[in-house]
Amino acid sequence: MAELLRTHPLEAWSTAFERLPDTVGITVEPFVAMVDVRLRAVGAEASAALGVDLPTAPNTWVPSGSGRAVWLGPDEWLLSSTTETPEELEARVRAGVLPLGGSATDVSAQRIGLRLTGARVRDVLAKGCSIDLHPRVFGRGSSAQTTLGQAGVVLLAQSDAGDDHVVLVRSSFAGYLADWLLDAALEFTTTN
Amino acid sequence: MQLIACPWCGPREEVEFHYGGQAHVPYPDDPGGLSDEEWAHYVFYRDNPRGRFAERWNHSAGCRRWFNAVRDTATYRFERVYRLDDPKPLATELATSRRNTAR
Ligand SMILES: [Zn+2]
Repeated sequence: MAELLRTHPLEAWSTAFERLPDTVGITVEPFVAMVDVRLRAVGAEASAALGVDLPTAPNTWVPSGSGRAVWLGPDEWLLSSTTETPEELEARVRAGVLPLGGSATDVSAQRIGLRLTGARVRDVLAKGCSIDLHPRVFGRGSSAQTTLGQAGVVLLAQSDAGDDHVVLVRSSFAGYLADWLLDAALEFTTTN
Repeated sequence: MQLIACPWCGPREEVEFHYGGQAHVPYPDDPGGLSDEEWAHYVFYRDNPRGRFAERWNHSAGCRRWFNAVRDTATYRFERVYRLDDPKPLATELATSRRNTAR
């Protein structure tokens, strides 16, 4: 049987990203473990079981250990971890929420993360996203599930200055979105 | 482009949403006892009023939740949105267009 090598969907774009100026920096986040959590009611029990207070305000995220807990719906969250394997994270979260009537599903392969940093990334995002990303309303801890250049994404604000965002995109859309972002960033890059 | 206010996410562009047909169509109490014609009426027959209509919508490109909306089919104006567990709108709120009075 042929050996299956794991390759990152954006490997072919890494040189193009490296050439970008700091004002529109794009870096590919390493693979992380992600688990989709369904849970009807969030209380002290859930916090204790998961080690994080799941955010109940729509369109927000909070740091959770080495990863994040992102609100996806009134009964749905995305938990990530950079230190656990997908199997470990799924097993730990499942053990926590199952007694509370919840469920946990490994979705690590579903999305990959891109980090957009720099003074002009908000202008780049604005070319294909209708959400108001001004830090006045989209500061650190804000999130949004929406479309960016018509691709479904989860945006996570990392700073209160509007110059640091994580974009979670479905792996199969990553190449398309990478091309779209490079095109959108073109006017902020130097041409010599 | 029109904005639709998702009860969870707030105003978003209408391309993020999908239409789900008439709201508050009750599931038959005794589905097994229905004749083919009655079943067809439950599955396929829907109101088609000119004016305010209670509809199901899904925020498909966002939080992916279903919710209900009262929309005026003559003006396409969304009069209000409400959650699935909110009460059904009263008959007085529905089925008359505000087209002539809203100007
Ligand atoms: Zn929504």
